[in-house]
Amino acid sequence: MVKVNGEMFDAAGKSVKELIENKGYSLSRIAVELNGEILLKSEYDTTVLADGDSVEVVSFVGGG
Amino acid sequence: MFSENQSKRYSRHFILPEIGIFGQEKLLKSSVLVIGAGGLGSIVIMYLAAAGVGKIGIADCDEVEPSNFNRQIIHSPLSLGVNKALSASEWVTKFNPDVSVDTIKERLTAQNIASTIANYDFIVDCTDNFETKFLINDACVAAQKPFCHGGAAGLDGQVMTVAKGSACLRCVLGSAPLDAPTCAELGVLGSVVGVIGSIQATEAIEYLVGKGEPLLNKLLVFDARTMKFQTIKLKPDPNCSACGR
Repeated sequence: MVKVNGEMFDAAGKSVKELIENKGYSLSRIAVELNGEILLKSEYDTTVLADGDSVEVVSFVGGG
Repeated sequence: MFSENQSKRYSRHFILPEIGIFGQEKLLKSSVLVIGAGGLGSIVIMYLAAAGVGKIGIADCDEVEPSNFNRQIIHSPLSLGVNKALSASEWVTKFNPDVSVDTIKERLTAQNIASTIANYDFIVDCTDNFETKFLINDACVAAQKPFCHGGAAGLDGQVMTVAKGSACLRCVLGSAPLDAPTCAELGVLGSVVGVIGSIQATEAIEYLVGKGEPLLNKLLVFDARTMKFQTIKLKPDPNCSACGR
C-alpha cells in the first residue's frame, strides 16, 4: 500500500505518473514529494512506487 | 538619522531583535518591485509601505473594477476605472511619506521586464496568471534578482522564494500550466489572498534586513479549508531551461 496525501491506496508497482493521472491531478500544476523528497517532472514516469511509500501531491494555483 | 515622526512610526520595529534600528535603516534604503496590484499586491504593497521600504515600484496595467473589492483592499470604490498601479501608488503616498513610489502602468513583457527589474533589490510576483509568473521567473533568474512567487485562488495558495542557486518555478513546474483556473472561474476568498500576500511581504522584509530563513528551495502550500500549511522541500533541476547549467 502507498500513502497518498494521508490516504492508503493500492498503488505499489505503479509509476508516479500513473498514480497521479489515475487520481485526476493536472500534471502541469502539481509538485510531487516522495518520502519527503521532491520529484522532478522528468522522474514521474521512471519512478515506481513500492509498498510503504508516502506520496504528497500539492497543486499550484495561479490567481493573484 | 531618524526624524521624530520616523522614530514613532517605526518604534515597534526598533525593539524587534530581527529588525532594530539597523534593520529599519536598511528597509528605508531598500527598493522592491511589486508586479500586480490586485489581491496579493494590495497586501504586499500595504505592508511594505507600512514597514518603511524606501522605494516601491508598482506595476499593473489593469483598471479597478467592482469585482475586485472582495480582496483588492488597497483600492477604493472612488478609484473605479483608474489604473491599479496609480490607485495603489496614491494609497502609499498618503499612508507613508517615507516611501517613494514608481508607478508602472505599462504591461511587463519580454522586451521591458529586464530593464524594469534592474532598478530594484527584490521583486514580488503578485500577478494573476502563470504566463506572467514565468516571465518574471525567467527574467529574475537571468538577472540573478531575488524574488518571491505567490499564487492564490479559491481557498488555496502557495509561496516560494527564489534567489541565486535555489530551485526556480521552472524547476518545479517545467512550463506555465495552460489549464490553471482563474479567480474569475474558481472564486477566491479575500482573507486567503491576504494570508499569502502577508507571507510574501514578510519574505521580502526578512530578505532585505537579512534575517530569518527565506522559503528558498521550499514551497509553502496553504489550504484554508483545513488551515493546513505544508512545506515541500524543493531541489534545483540541473536541466532546468531557466536556471540549469
